[in-house]
Amino acid sequence: MNDFTLIRKNLFRKKMRAFLLIFSIMIAFLIFGVLGAFNRVLNAGVELAAADRMLTVNRINFTVSVPYAYWGRVQGVDGVRNVSHMSWFGGYYQQPTQVVQTMAVDPETYLAAYPELLIPDDQRTAFINTRTCILVGEALAEQYGWSIGDRIPLMSNIWQKADGSSSWDLDVCAIFTAAEQETPTTSAYFHYEYYNESLAFNRDQIGMMVVNTVDPSRNEQVARDIDALFANSRAETETANEAAFAKAFIEQIGSIGLILFYVVGAAFGIILLIVGTSLVMAIQERTKEIGVMKTLGFPANRIFRMVLIESIMLSLVGGLIGIGIAYLLLKGMASMLASILPGMAITPGLFLTALAIMIAFGLVTGLTPAVNAQRLRIVNALGKQ
Amino acid sequence: MFNQIAAVTMMNLRSLPQRTGMSLATILSIALVTGVLLGFLAMADGFRQTVGNTGSPDVAVILRSGSQAELNSGLSSEQVRLIEAAPGIASDADGNPMVSGELYVIVDGRKRSSDTEANLPLRGVGAQALGLRENFAITQGRLFEAGTNELIVGEAVIRQFSGFELGQTIRLANNDWVVVGTFATGGSVFESEIWADTGVIQNLYQRGTSVQSIRARLTSPDAITQLREFAEAEPRLETDILPETEFYAEQSKGMSRVITWVGWPLAITMAIGALAGAWNTMYASVDARMHEIATLRAIGFSGFAAAVGTLIESLALAGLGGLIGAVATYLLFNGMTASTLGSGFSQVVFSFAVTSGSIITGIILALIVGFLGGLIPAIRAATVPLLAVHRS
Repeated sequence: MNDFTLIRKNLFRKKMRAFLLIFSIMIAFLIFGVLGAFNRVLNAGVELAAADRMLTVNRINFTVSVPYAYWGRVQGVDGVRNVSHMSWFGGYYQQPTQVVQTMAVDPETYLAAYPELLIPDDQRTAFINTRTCILVGEALAEQYGWSIGDRIPLMSNIWQKADGSSSWDLDVCAIFTAAEQETPTTSAYFHYEYYNESLAFNRDQIGMMVVNTVDPSRNEQVARDIDALFANSRAETETANEAAFAKAFIEQIGSIGLILFYVVGAAFGIILLIVGTSLVMAIQERTKEIGVMKTLGFPANRIFRMVLIESIMLSLVGGLIGIGIAYLLLKGMASMLASILPGMAITPGLFLTALAIMIAFGLVTGLTPAVNAQRLRIVNALGKQ
Repeated sequence: MFNQIAAVTMMNLRSLPQRTGMSLATILSIALVTGVLLGFLAMADGFRQTVGNTGSPDVAVILRSGSQAELNSGLSSEQVRLIEAAPGIASDADGNPMVSGELYVIVDGRKRSSDTEANLPLRGVGAQALGLRENFAITQGRLFEAGTNELIVGEAVIRQFSGFELGQTIRLANNDWVVVGTFATGGSVFESEIWADTGVIQNLYQRGTSVQSIRARLTSPDAITQLREFAEAEPRLETDILPETEFYAEQSKGMSRVITWVGWPLAITMAIGALAGAWNTMYASVDARMHEIATLRAIGFSGFAAAVGTLIESLALAGLGGLIGAVATYLLFNGMTASTLGSGFSQVVFSFAVTSGSIITGIILALIVGFLGGLIPAIRAATVPLLAVHRS
């Protein structure tokens, strides 16, 4: 019989208590796992942002357009490798509630700016060369049952054609997937030329520009040069790194990070209270035994270590089950979540964080009872009736 | 019977101090669960109160057909004139139709909480706009003068965004503006907006004489039917016409629903975790009093009395926890302001509202945890074998 057997027997001495504690620890880590995965996906825009990619928007606000001519002028800025542009289409399919995130873009430069969008070569060529082609994300195509060769009417809730209609007829000729599973494939792209030529108003305007620099270290200079180019014009610009842009947008939705922090904090607070007090009591119940062990010559440090290992084991068992359930839950819901939160999963990084918290949690909850056990004097222990 | 229950309950409650640690842990963990639920409900209720209470039933909002939001809409000055002459529109004391053509553009404001730029609505309004908002009042300073670069700022904007203090000059939309006043509209969404003269904004944004939305005071809420019939028969009016209350009620639904749908599953999951804690505590409580309970049973107390005593102890701990959670949430969060991206694609500032209804819901959740957590231990207390007296 080694120490480990003893620890295990002690842990499950009161089966009901052990089960309930493991259960509540499991719940806390289940919440941590799911919310942690959510937080990662939420911030994926920041993490997936390419270091050499910047966005140039109207200085008033990114919802305000800039003249089409700016596109050509930015191409000439020193340090710029590629410039593309995109215009928010406000698209929907059949009904206003069936929103389709659609951008009117310059196809060739756009695909160069976003190499993470993967398209088979023949479809890529078809997209670039067919004026009425729409490039559709895999998840989006699945959502509406679109496949290559379909002709779909896409409506806009912003733009109107000169003939008064708001519907553009488009051919699905390319479908993209993504290199990373966190990259959303819920958007669609079509030719700016096709969009612009029939506009009733706001013609020859673009929503924003995407700028790839020759090297991330040149970003600051390029941003300054671009904005200087349009200073004191009717449409001044603001150029910022893609990551900064993504971050500011998340902040617009609200302090979601703070809310997640509160909720996870509350979940851990609950188990800290429950498990902490239960373990103190569990060791108290064993006062006599510990006294006997000390009488038999078990060194105080060994007893200290045994109690601590017991609490860490408890935490690990509950925590691993909780993370396991979170993993299965997210896996099971992956296809359902693909269109809103793609890539929600327990990643190795998240798992390691959880593991570290489990060990820390075990140490924190076990420390007081372990110290109590270590300091216990044989006289008091055995004298206690 | 009643006396027995009372006696056992009193005994349980009086012996609570002997089990301070675990009882306190139960109380606090249930308080945390209640707090999480109430926090989410306060957020949902607060948003609903701000957005859902915006608008008046006898004001019609007129947008370009299919545009769904003011930001996407566009209407010509000719269309404004058509609406002014339409049936069902009320007139002010001077006999002018109460119709307001308005621009709605987005500018960048700096959010205090994160120090990042966020979308703020800049509304271009004319003289009629003020009369079309219930409870509109200038709270500081004065109204802007037509044709100048002066603006007035909603009170909620000042709370959440920096740089909008009275008298300050601020650069928005490539133009320097002077803040000459602040306004309130009784806590509605309009307080999250910045208002300036329509003509100035039309000029800055090269909008000619066009506007984005029209608001019109109706002679009565029912007059909207008349207005709609008129618009349908008039080919120059390709518009959607909605009562203002409905326009905002639609907007408030989505967000509050999302918050509620996230909050409840989280609170219930955490409640299940806390349930395990309560169960554990009550088990320990019964265990510690095994001797007592068996003695009571031996001298003629019924098992039922012992069970009820345990259950009441559990409910008392949970109820106290729920109460502490509710009071703490109220003190910490009630009235706290936050802002989020509303369906107008701009920031909506709202205050957390811990309502009495959600406090009751929270305490009920706490009591359910207490009841379920105490039930099995109570049954155990009722079935303590009398022989337990002789053991130990």
